[in-house]
Amino acid sequence: MTALLVADAISKRFGGYLALADVGVQIRAGDIHALIGPNGAGKTTLFNIISGVAVPTAGRIAFQGQDYTGRRADQVLAMGVARNFQHVRLFPGLSIVENVMIGCHARMGSLLQELLSYVRLEPRAERDARDRALEVINFVGLQGRIAMLPGELTLVDQRRLEIARALASGPQLLLLDEPAAGMNPSEVNQLDTLIRQIRDSGITVLLVEHHTRLVMAVADRVTVLSAGRVIADGPPSIIQRDEAVITAYLGDSQ
Amino acid sequence: MLSGYWESVITFAGINVLMGLSLYVPMSAGLISLGQAGFMAIGAYLSAYLTKLGVPFPLAMAAGALAAGIVGLIVGAPALRIRGIYIMILTLGFGEIVRVFFLNFTPTGGALGYSGIQPLTEFYWVLTACAIALVAVWRLRHSRMGRAMIAIHEDDLAAEAMGINLMTVKLFAFSFGAVIAGVAGAFYAHQTLYIDAQQFDFARSATTFLYVVLGGPANPLGPVLGAVLVTILPETLRVVQDWRMTFFGGLLVIAAIWRPDGLLKPLHSYR
Repeated sequence: MTALLVADAISKRFGGYLALADVGVQIRAGDIHALIGPNGAGKTTLFNIISGVAVPTAGRIAFQGQDYTGRRADQVLAMGVARNFQHVRLFPGLSIVENVMIGCHARMGSLLQELLSYVRLEPRAERDARDRALEVINFVGLQGRIAMLPGELTLVDQRRLEIARALASGPQLLLLDEPAAGMNPSEVNQLDTLIRQIRDSGITVLLVEHHTRLVMAVADRVTVLSAGRVIADGPPSIIQRDEAVITAYLGDSQ
Repeated sequence: MLSGYWESVITFAGINVLMGLSLYVPMSAGLISLGQAGFMAIGAYLSAYLTKLGVPFPLAMAAGALAAGIVGLIVGAPALRIRGIYIMILTLGFGEIVRVFFLNFTPTGGALGYSGIQPLTEFYWVLTACAIALVAVWRLRHSRMGRAMIAIHEDDLAAEAMGINLMTVKLFAFSFGAVIAGVAGAFYAHQTLYIDAQQFDFARSATTFLYVVLGGPANPLGPVLGAVLVTILPETLRVVQDWRMTFFGGLLVIAAIWRPDGLLKPLHSYR
């Protein structure tokens, strides 16, 4: 299968600290690709670089064969790469449905169309965005709560809402940063199902996660980072038996 | 019918409502401007200059508003790279630049002020303009642009990651606010019939800020209520007139403690 996203020789330096050193990752279209590693391994840094929030110190990054190193986050989203945040970042003053409609923002046409639609009372783009938002809200299981504010949801539902907001942008690649944090086992199972449904709807998923059981169950491919370097890459069955990975991250169960 | 006195009070209240709305728009995108009087001055001077040349008032007003909007784009551009208190400092500096410019600009009277402006402001036109501006701002709250503005205000990093072009939205907010202030300035000049640079000083920008903060910066009716209160109260209560700034200063402190969101609660869209 062809690679949807190619990160090639990525390095990221914060002052004297090298967060990522010559990291290469290839994400195949249609995969659930997990990125694991101990705290401080550089997972979130790599995640930020892929989503355009951070710029790498060195290296190139390409989506569908097109180099997009150094593009702004909003341009990266418009290209088809959407993300959530490890520490939930919703818009507290906007209702649930409006939060998701923000995700549709990039798909709603140009500024000129915006100014024209402003004159009409119920512009079609607005109605379409709302319909799409409702569809995605149903998909993640938040129906019936569209008029609430994000602060009125539990943390777990706020994570679902963030996923819905990202999905509303119609991405080809969805980046999930620790979506299982703070979830109980049954909620993790629901998340497992949701991630598979997202993949089955044709969206490639990059999953950063500490929940090893979830990762091994759901991932098609796993990349392991440690101290800013890739120490292993392959299907979960092989990663679980990899000596270097067990030493650095998984630990010896015996 | 209203007496001439009350017509004049309502006209000034309406002009202040426009000023309040002109600040409300950038503030809902998190851009706190302390230089709205500068945009008002541009609208006032340019429209007065044009009506003196014989240009019809509506055209002169449109020109003043357009000029203010263009200057808003220019002032807004550097404001894109900075945040919070630095935007306040930048806009404060802008307001002073405009004031000093008109103080020294002889074609419009310079330090002597600009007199002989025709009395073209009718109070019902001011009220009509207020109504149009309020509807526009209300509609904005329920539009894609308005949502994007709130998103930027609440979390600009998440907003950008969700595909919002921060530059477009911030420039729009700044410039739209400036246009409204330009309209307010045009009405103001043709009401007072004499303008000078001191009428557009920092105190006016600060009072405009007071309208929004007192009334409610997250509800389009907030600046309307704030502006009406701050304009009408001194007219009806003599005590308030004499101790005007002390009274409003105290009111602001009380509001900050008891109603930090302003008198009117944030407008949420429950749809």
